[in-house]
Amino acid sequence: MNAPGVRLDDAIGMKHGAGGRAMRALIEQVFAPGLPPMRVEGVGLSAMDDGAALRIGDRFLVLTTDSHVIQPIFFPGGDIGRLAVAGTVNDLAMMGATDALALTFSVIVEEGFPRRDLERIHESVRATCEEAGTTIVTGDTKVMGRGELDGIVLNTTGIGMTDRVVRDCGLRPGDRLLVTGTMGDHGLAVMVHRHGLDLEGDLISDVAPLNDLIRRALEAGRDAVVALKDPTRGGLASALHEMASKSGVGILLEERAVPLSFGVRSAGELLGIDPLHVANEGKAVLGVAPEAAEEVLACLRDHPLGRNAALVGTCLPDHAGKVILDTGFGRRLLTEPEGEPLPRIC
Amino acid sequence: MTDQASAELKFRDPSRARELTRALAHVVRSLGRAPVSVMHVCGSHEQAIAKFGLRAAFPRELDVIMGPGCPVCITDVPEVDEAVVLAKQGVRIATYGDMLRVPGTVESLADTRAKGARVDVVYSVAHAVELARQSTDDVVFFASGFETTAVATAAVLLRDPPSNFSVLSAHKYIPPVMEIVAEMPETRVEGFLAAGHAATITGWGIFEPFVERHRLPVVVAGFEPLDILAGLVSLVDVIREGVPRVVNAYPRCVTREGNRAAQEKLWSVFRPVGGRWRGIAHVPNGNLRLKDEWGHFDARKRFDIDLSSLWDHAPATLTQECICGDIMAGISSPSDCRLFGIECVPEKPVGACMVSSEGTCKIWHQYGGHPDRMGVLA
Repeated sequence: MNAPGVRLDDAIGMKHGAGGRAMRALIEQVFAPGLPPMRVEGVGLSAMDDGAALRIGDRFLVLTTDSHVIQPIFFPGGDIGRLAVAGTVNDLAMMGATDALALTFSVIVEEGFPRRDLERIHESVRATCEEAGTTIVTGDTKVMGRGELDGIVLNTTGIGMTDRVVRDCGLRPGDRLLVTGTMGDHGLAVMVHRHGLDLEGDLISDVAPLNDLIRRALEAGRDAVVALKDPTRGGLASALHEMASKSGVGILLEERAVPLSFGVRSAGELLGIDPLHVANEGKAVLGVAPEAAEEVLACLRDHPLGRNAALVGTCLPDHAGKVILDTGFGRRLLTEPEGEPLPRIC
Repeated sequence: MTDQASAELKFRDPSRARELTRALAHVVRSLGRAPVSVMHVCGSHEQAIAKFGLRAAFPRELDVIMGPGCPVCITDVPEVDEAVVLAKQGVRIATYGDMLRVPGTVESLADTRAKGARVDVVYSVAHAVELARQSTDDVVFFASGFETTAVATAAVLLRDPPSNFSVLSAHKYIPPVMEIVAEMPETRVEGFLAAGHAATITGWGIFEPFVERHRLPVVVAGFEPLDILAGLVSLVDVIREGVPRVVNAYPRCVTREGNRAAQEKLWSVFRPVGGRWRGIAHVPNGNLRLKDEWGHFDARKRFDIDLSSLWDHAPATLTQECICGDIMAGISSPSDCRLFGIECVPEKPVGACMVSSEGTCKIWHQYGGHPDRMGVLA
């Protein structure tokens, strides 16, 4: 993935961790250069996919890692522990490895952090592992001085096996795009909670392990499922841009087909935040060959985590790397968010 | 998804939008010439046009120009400087979030705050009064906005605020700037789309003398996609008829007289005075300042604001290339600006239009710029 024209600043800004173009530029310009080549065939760092895949015999070992910082640690619908497990399980699933063999769990915690909160996080980690059919097999613990860290940082690494690696760059003109449910729930729930905005409506994070849902979809669609991505930071807009750009296709997104909960829609309008720009932690985007799209959609909708799944877009042969939004009134380009969106304060 | 369907807004019905789009193309083409140029004078109109992708649906012969409709963007440099100097003098400033990053001669309020000054972001003038009540220190509300927000400021002053509260008014009054734009020699504007929310206060009758003087039609329009499309159909229709008049295309909110009680409040506290709008011109009666009898709540009277301390600094070089003024006057588009999206981005704005959520450049940046109509529609 190249991010042409993005010049790296001299110092790291918040946007470099926000999952968008700035972060990809940082990886390309600082982290990736000069690394020794991969020792086996597969998908490596330069692909900047959801994880790596290494060929072992006729199968692939999928490996992914993720660090988690979130304020507040406990939020409506989840907490940092559930996020850490689901996030890594989902990254494995997005490469096609829906069976998460095992996870590692590292914690860096600030001196003075309440033991009660740690226990609460652990219980959530345990329950989410159970839900995802995986467990933690090794880990690491560090404590830093008061004020040297904001509460707690978690890191999880996951491994899984797959016969077929599904990439985020596999879209072809004509392929249909599906989302597995409503968009923007996690980002808006956390934002509203964090800013103490007193809004009516049930804004609840969607954080959940998706491996079972994706397994069913892959069983139903087989080779017709050509691309997978979870629209986390930067939301659906970022995920689609990345997929379009890596695949060399344009994407036409039907805004009115994108499922949004009433609470997300209202909060988005009120705060001036586009729900397509904020994170999801329990949703996936699937690129599916047109002839199999309806069947995969029906299969997703049969699953409790995919009840609101919808067909939302189509890949175009031209406009490579661009996402065109059909609003129902007209069309415009959907922009890729830079940095964390902030609520309008005016 | 069912709640989504039930929440479907009446003024966001795409099938009615398509009918209006067809009607708009028909009436524009019946004029038999191009371009037909109209101007809106409201950031919220541009926001809705961009968000819903309406420009791609406008007929190619119709040029909808963005006018000076963002109160934050037209806040002049010396007004920002006054707030910056007050903050540097140790006075606590409360203002809307967008005002924080508007560039002054040397720095913005955000810069001043980063150096330790006390600058609070508030959601409303009432919130600023609350800050004053909780403290014995002086709190100055740096007030921006058109007549709609000025009414809120007036209402607060009329309700006996604490004596440590005062107002640094950068409030602006929209009707006079329409005169300026209409009289600009290079103007191509054949009619105005007036802002619905401002007209709820002033009433649509206020535009009648304007129409009389300039022989240009005015249509008052709301902010939903159908409101804007219907307003444009109506505006081009009046242009075609050739008899300029005022049309109220937002009758569910706007009356001829407007909100009398709000007008009384507005004019009992404020008086219109001439002043510069950033990048535009000196606008006679374009600024709203506190009347003399409200002098005890006027930060300009209460404090000695020494602007000269800032004036030795030369403006930054990039600022000199900024064309915000031309953009707000409707002469240029953000795409004509060399800095747009390159040196001037929302995180590091050069001009005020990239600061505010109602600024044309910020809106274009957020919504992917001027759609390449043919390309995007193909």
